[in-house]
Amino acid sequence: MPFYVSPEQSMKDKADYARKGIARGRSAVVLQYDGGILFVADNMSRTLHKISELYDRIAFAAVGRYNEFENLRLMGVRFADVRGYAYDRSDVNGRQLANTYAQVLGSVFSESNKPAEVEIVVAEVGDDADGDQIYRITFDGSVVDERGFLAMGGSADRVSSALKERFDKDASLSTALISAMHALKHENGEQRELEASSLEVAVLERDREHRKFRRIQGDRLTRLINEGHAAQDADQGAASGSDAPGEGDAS
Amino acid sequence: MSEAFEFGGRLPAAFMNPGTSSFSEFLGQVAPDLLPGGRELPQGTGTHLTPDATTIVALTFPGGVVLAGDRRATSGNVIANRDMDKLFRTDEFSAVAIAGAAGIGIELAKLFQVELEHYEKMEGRSLSLEGKANKLATMIRGNLPMALQGFVVVPLLVGYDVAREAGRIFSYDPVGGRYEEHRYHSVGSGSVYAKGSLKKLYSEDFGQQDAVFAAIQSLYDAADDDSATGGPDVHRKIYPLVDVITDEGHKRLPADEVERLATQVVEGRAQRPDGPTAPLH
Repeated sequence: MPFYVSPEQSMKDKADYARKGIARGRSAVVLQYDGGILFVADNMSRTLHKISELYDRIAFAAVGRYNEFENLRLMGVRFADVRGYAYDRSDVNGRQLANTYAQVLGSVFSESNKPAEVEIVVAEVGDDADGDQIYRITFDGSVVDERGFLAMGGSADRVSSALKERFDKDASLSTALISAMHALKHENGEQRELEASSLEVAVLERDREHRKFRRIQGDRLTRLINEGHAAQDADQGAASGSDAPGEGDAS
Repeated sequence: MSEAFEFGGRLPAAFMNPGTSSFSEFLGQVAPDLLPGGRELPQGTGTHLTPDATTIVALTFPGGVVLAGDRRATSGNVIANRDMDKLFRTDEFSAVAIAGAAGIGIELAKLFQVELEHYEKMEGRSLSLEGKANKLATMIRGNLPMALQGFVVVPLLVGYDVAREAGRIFSYDPVGGRYEEHRYHSVGSGSVYAKGSLKKLYSEDFGQQDAVFAAIQSLYDAADDDSATGGPDVHRKIYPLVDVITDEGHKRLPADEVERLATQVVEGRAQRPDGPTAPLH
């Protein structure tokens, strides 16, 4: 015999439940850099991915319950491939995928007892930085068109504000990666060192041919991190040097 | 377009089921009418409906494989298309070329391309080259009813086998029989001439450049004796298409490079119409 629960209360309970579930996991960040879009997730696993390719210029990143977002990922790949095969590869775009995810998550949220404990990002790299699209879709099916960067999962607010301090859409890949790692360090207030082995990193590279998505792992990732640190140290050196009189204005 | 695909906002349940990593299998569930074999065949023959595409050559060299095709499509004794592209990059390390019924072949190549990519995205890793070759065999077998009505498609699959670190060539018959070819192979109506040419020109120690050059020579020989194969068209600037696959992945040779080599071949033939000869002893 069902008790009466007001719709407001039931929605609120579901939202709280989903938020709590998502906050238990580690964060992921998505940000623009000078050559495209960078994805970085705090992920110990080498094979269970939080970041994946959906189509030629579109990628997917998610946090929350693995089985739920994995199902959504498979759905997106199928959707994109059927569309691209039936029409043309250029007829698959990020907005369609974001809308489809919003529909699915929205109806799960309102129609079933248990909402999906996931938050996902669909990002499409354009021909130039202005053409980039980044959509964040939350557990209740709402879609937000983000600019520049975003953080999700875990303590997204803290990670996000840390990322905001350093974000520069014209940064090089290695600098952007260091900014992302710096932001992810603010997870749960703990100060821990992130290592290449606990990071999942991928990019949508604007100038790449055919398919823009590429994973960065192993030696290449380590190299990139070292490069970023070196650039950062050089920058700091230059910054402290610029206090010296006579510098700065060289006309 | 099928009902299942033109969903109004909600996707059919099949999209969310864990199920298969195969694109063609999935398409069979949600939109069978989009599959090449998903149609009912009418009685009668209709081979005049689609033009035929002709000579394709492939040869391996240490470190990779070259695939090249002429540009002509014919319909009976009429040239249906002068600048056709019969080579399809199917993923980073493989490509197929088609000979036979052009319309069906292109559809098959497109489906195969999505199939490989789909598997890669779903599973997070690529199929082995052997796996790709077997998958293509299954798809050709699916075309058997069409083949019996005259729409024969014979593709040639080439790829760089990352595990073996070598280029490999697979040929097929119309019923889906799969045969690995060594060193070089050719399919299409001009293939007998191209193969004869390659037999004399081929050398195990070819570099990439030599392999491409030999491929263009053999296509010239095919065009020389087969009316359905197009030779280099210097006036319209239509030259063969050449793909090269190495450990660095698939690359379509730039048009100006092929033009340079093809012009060299044409000029050589002006001196010696039958081309280079092999030593007698």
